[in-house]
Amino acid sequence: MTAKADSSPSGAAPGARSLHRFANPGRFLRASARVQVWLWVAAALVLGAGLVWGLFLSPADWQQGQTVRIMYVHVPMAWLAMGGYTALAVASIMSLIWRHPLADLFARELSPVGALVTALCLATGSLWGRPMWGTWWVWDARLTSVLVLFFLWLGHAALTRAFEDQERGARVGAILALVGIVNIPIVKFSVDWWNTLHQPASVTRLDAPGMHVDILYPLLTCALGFSLLFGAVVLARTRAAVMERRIRALQLARARREEAAGA
Amino acid sequence: MTRKKRRLYILLLCGLGLGSATALTLTAFQDNLVFFRSPSDIMREAPPANRAFRLGGLVEAGSLERGTGADGKPTANFRVTDGAHVIRVSYAGVLPDLFREGQGVVTLGMMQPDGIFRAREVLARHDETYMPPEVADALKRAGHWNPAQGAAPPPAEWNTAPRRGG
Repeated sequence: MTAKADSSPSGAAPGARSLHRFANPGRFLRASARVQVWLWVAAALVLGAGLVWGLFLSPADWQQGQTVRIMYVHVPMAWLAMGGYTALAVASIMSLIWRHPLADLFARELSPVGALVTALCLATGSLWGRPMWGTWWVWDARLTSVLVLFFLWLGHAALTRAFEDQERGARVGAILALVGIVNIPIVKFSVDWWNTLHQPASVTRLDAPGMHVDILYPLLTCALGFSLLFGAVVLARTRAAVMERRIRALQLARARREEAAGA
Repeated sequence: MTRKKRRLYILLLCGLGLGSATALTLTAFQDNLVFFRSPSDIMREAPPANRAFRLGGLVEAGSLERGTGADGKPTANFRVTDGAHVIRVSYAGVLPDLFREGQGVVTLGMMQPDGIFRAREVLARHDETYMPPEVADALKRAGHWNPAQGAAPPPAEWNTAPRRGG
């Protein structure tokens, strides 16, 4: 694996070459060990502050009352579900075009976490919809496209693990991830293109956000905190996968040596 | 052409094909992807008789009459408007908490021969405005906004700087 990565041709784009430095697993493990500590610390601090601010200190909404606090979990999960999927697509492009070995491992470790945040987004949305809209679920364009996103995450997680040959599984998973990327603009713009029960975006609007700053700032803090936590979890999983692969290679090498000595 | 370049072009081509196929499909199914139809849609193109559909719009100010049906269930009569046209709706059952005049609603039901929409389900549809009660009260007191009459004023008017207290 290392030999293959080190022989990357000099014709690659500068950005790709700098990313290819981390194709060396040893270099990646050393660099990410330091980053990981800071990521966990920052996630704990920002998320702790954001959750206390959002769940206890921020004001209630004028018409939704205390129920609006579900938003401090629901909206970050929705953003992470879409942002995480975009990261999966980028990793898939790097895997398919540049055959980046780390991109395969990253994608494989990313999808279960992505499925989890999408499931949390759907669950919190359902709990929020019941008291406010009067229903747990409707088949409008926004809710249905997020459900499709959840199935894409699950499908990717299952498909990459379904092959004996890991590289083949990664290749097929990357193709699925890139086909599924058409769903991301549909999720985002479903509330603008069609009429839905779900309301349009409050934060990302061309004019001022439709959300009062006393509610907006704790939401942004929670979103940053959850993103840091998401990054820390995915990084830890990727590191574990790199180490696992290394151990397997060492075991294989030892088995071959013993076989050769025995023969 | 290197193999990497070739893979890049193949991927771009596939993306282009897939993207346009999706766009064409979505455009073709445009009419089926809407969750509800507005009173204007109904006026323009009457839905087939005895077919259930969803009607959406705002509850017109001053149109809500609550009552009790013969079976003791709460009933509600109101008008749904989109500004241009109005449709009368009758409903027997419990309304969602957010239901009020000026609020968005999505109702599922059938058009009766007398022109009244008999709803069997009413869902509240809130807009994308979130604000603390004090800010809403201040806007109402200042006469900038009557929630029964429609949406809140543009956020630039009330969301310019952090404010503390009432």
